[in-house]
Amino acid sequence: MSGPAVVARDVAKVYRRFLHKNQFKTLKSALLTGSLLSDLTPDQTFTALDGVSFEVPRGTTFGVIGENGSGKSTLLKLLAGISKPTRGELAVEGRVSALIELGAGFHPEISGRENVAINGIMLGLTRRQVQERFADIVAFAELERFIDAPVKTYSSGMYARLGFAVAVHVDPDVLLIDEVLAVGDEAFTRKCLDKIGEFRRRGKTILLVTHSLGLAEKMCDDVLWLRQGRVAAAGDPKRVVDAYLSHVAGGEEALLAREHGQPAPASAEPSLPAAGDAAGGEGYREGRWGSREVEITAVRLLDDRGRERHVYVPGESLRVVLSVAAAAPVEDFVFGVGVFRADGVSVYGTNTHIEDFVPQRLEGTGEVALVLEDLRLVEGTYLLDVAAHRRDGTPYDYHRGLHAFRLKSRIKDVGVYRPLHRWNFSGGVALTAPAPRPELDLHEAEE
Amino acid sequence: MRYRLLVQSLVGRELKARYRGSVLGFFWSFVNPLLLLLTYGVVFTYMLPVRRGPELEPYFLFLFCGILPWTAFNASVLEASSVLISGGALIKKVMFPAEVLPVVTVLTNLVQFLLGLPILLLFLVPTGRLRPSALLLPLPILVQVLFTVGVALCVSALTVHFRDIQNILSHVLHLWFFASPVIYSYESTPPRLKAVLRLNPMTHLLVSYQQMLFAGRFDHWRGLLAAAAVGAVAFVVGAFLFDRLRDTLAEEV
Repeated sequence: MSGPAVVARDVAKVYRRFLHKNQFKTLKSALLTGSLLSDLTPDQTFTALDGVSFEVPRGTTFGVIGENGSGKSTLLKLLAGISKPTRGELAVEGRVSALIELGAGFHPEISGRENVAINGIMLGLTRRQVQERFADIVAFAELERFIDAPVKTYSSGMYARLGFAVAVHVDPDVLLIDEVLAVGDEAFTRKCLDKIGEFRRRGKTILLVTHSLGLAEKMCDDVLWLRQGRVAAAGDPKRVVDAYLSHVAGGEEALLAREHGQPAPASAEPSLPAAGDAAGGEGYREGRWGSREVEITAVRLLDDRGRERHVYVPGESLRVVLSVAAAAPVEDFVFGVGVFRADGVSVYGTNTHIEDFVPQRLEGTGEVALVLEDLRLVEGTYLLDVAAHRRDGTPYDYHRGLHAFRLKSRIKDVGVYRPLHRWNFSGGVALTAPAPRPELDLHEAEE
Repeated sequence: MRYRLLVQSLVGRELKARYRGSVLGFFWSFVNPLLLLLTYGVVFTYMLPVRRGPELEPYFLFLFCGILPWTAFNASVLEASSVLISGGALIKKVMFPAEVLPVVTVLTNLVQFLLGLPILLLFLVPTGRLRPSALLLPLPILVQVLFTVGVALCVSALTVHFRDIQNILSHVLHLWFFASPVIYSYESTPPRLKAVLRLNPMTHLLVSYQQMLFAGRFDHWRGLLAAAAVGAVAFVVGAFLFDRLRDTLAEEV
C-alpha cells in the first residue's frame, strides 16, 4: 500500500487534425506512391494538454476542474488508456474503470441482462464474476422489472443507471469519473455519490472531473485546476477552488465591464414611460431616454476601496456614482437608482424625492453617489436603473438596464433578498454545523 | 488471444442481435443462403446460362459450394469496413481493444457460414456426392478465416482514415466475385485466364471447397498451400497495419 496510484510526468497531448480536402489528396497520393503510412501527416495540430504533471496517492480522491475545453476530458481519456499521450509519461496502477460515457457499448437490440454480461466482460470481469454481481448491479440500477427488455426501450436515465451500476460493480482500483453524475434524477445522483463515498472509505483511488466546485471541495483530497491544457494550480481543494473562482470572477468582471461599462448610445425617444420603480418583469427593456436638461454623463460602480468593480460578494458595499451635468441651472430634479434581477424583477428602488430630499439647485457638473452598504443579495447578475428626472416624473436622463453588476456567493440560496439570518436547533434535533465558509476575497483576486 | 471471452460474448451478441425482431429469427441464417442460391441459380441457369460441362451438374449444388464461403468472405470484409466507425462509442469512451471488432465481424460471419454448411451437406447426400474428402473441410475454412481476418483488419483500420474505402469496397468485392470461380469452374477456364485467376487466393479456397464437397476428391494441395501462405501474410500485414494505426483510431473515428 505504498506509492502513488497515478503518476503523470510532463504529459502532453497534441491532436492532429486532418482536413477533409487534404485528406482526399492524401489518399490519392498515398495510392500513387504506395506510402500510406508516411503520408498520414497532420495538416494542423492542437495542443490539448501541455506539460501536465501530478501524482495521486493511493486511496485518495483527486478532483480536476477547469473551464470547458481546458483539457479535462482529454486527461481522463489518457488515464483510461483510450488514447496515448504524445509526450511524457503516464502510469496508472491497478484495474481502472472509467465512467466517461455511461452505457457506451450497450447494444440497443438485446436485453439489459445480456448487455450487463457483455459490458461487464468488456470492463474486465470474468463470466463468473458477472454472474455473482448480477443481482447487485440490477438492484443498484433499480431495473428489476425491465432487465429482460431490449435496451433500446430504456429511457436515457435508465440507460445511464445501468451503465453506472455495471461500471462501479467492476470493483476497480482506480475509478475515473467524468461529470457523469449530472444524469439521472436527484435520488440516483444521491446514490451515485454514496457509492463514490463507499469507494473512498474502502481506500480506492478516485479521479473526478467535475464542474461542480462544491463537489470538488467536499469530496476531494486534492484538486487540479487545468487552464488551456496546463496546470494552473494544484493542491488543497479550498485554495485551488478559490483561485479558480477568482479567475472566473475576473473573467466575468471583464465581460460585464465591456458590456455595461460605458453609457450606451442615447435613443432620443422614450421607449417606455418613465415610471422608475414600476417595472414589471415583462416590460423590462434596456434603453436610455429623456430631455437631457440634466445629463448623466457617467456611471461608476465602486467598492469600499474606491475601485471600479463589477463583481461583488455578499456583505460588501457597493457605491453607485453618477456624474451629472446640467447645461442650464435646474431647480426641479430628483436622482434615483433601481436594482433589478436579470429577469427584470425589481429588487429595490429609491430616489431622493421618496426620501424627502428637497432639490435646491443644480448647475454645471457634479457627482451623486448612492452607497449600498452590506449587499444582502443572492448570487446572480443585477441590472441597474439610474435616472435624473423632475418631481412629476418627467425624465431628464433615464438609463434603464445599461449598467450591471454580479454577485458571487458560495452559498447558493435563492430569492431576491438575503436577510441576516441564523439557524437554531433544540431538543432532539441534531445537525452538524457547516465548516465556516468565508466569502471569496475579491480584492485578492485582483492583485 | 487475450480477449477470447470478450470476442466470444460479442460474437454471441451479434448473432442474437442480428435477427432480433424478425419473424423467422434465427432461421434467417439458413434461409439467407438458400435465397441467395435461388437467385444466382435462376440467373445463371435460365437467364445468362453459364457454359458448362456435365461435370458441373447439378449446377445448383456446384453453385452452393462456392456461394456459401464467398458470402462469408464478402460480408466479413464489407462489414469490417464500417465496424470501427459504428463502434466509435466503444473505442472513444471505453478502454476497448479495437482489433476485437473486426475479428468479431469475421467470426460472426464464420458462424453463419458453418450454420449454412449442414444444409449444403443435406442436399449433397441424396446425390451420393458426399465422400470422405469432405472431412478435409476444416483446412480451407481455417485458411479462409486467416485470410479474411487479415483483410478485415486492413480494411477496418484504413477506412477510419479514408472513408472513401467504404464506397469503393463494394465494387471491388463485386469484381472480385466475378474474378473468383463461384459461378463457373476453374478447371474449364482457358489457360490464359487461369494464369490470372491463380493469383487470387480466393480461387484456391473455392476450388478446394468445390473439390471436397462437389467432386468428392481433393488434389488441389499446392493451391491450398499457396492460399495458406498468402493468408498468413495477409494476417501479419493486417495485424501490423492495425497496430500502427491503433493510436489514431480513437481520435479519427
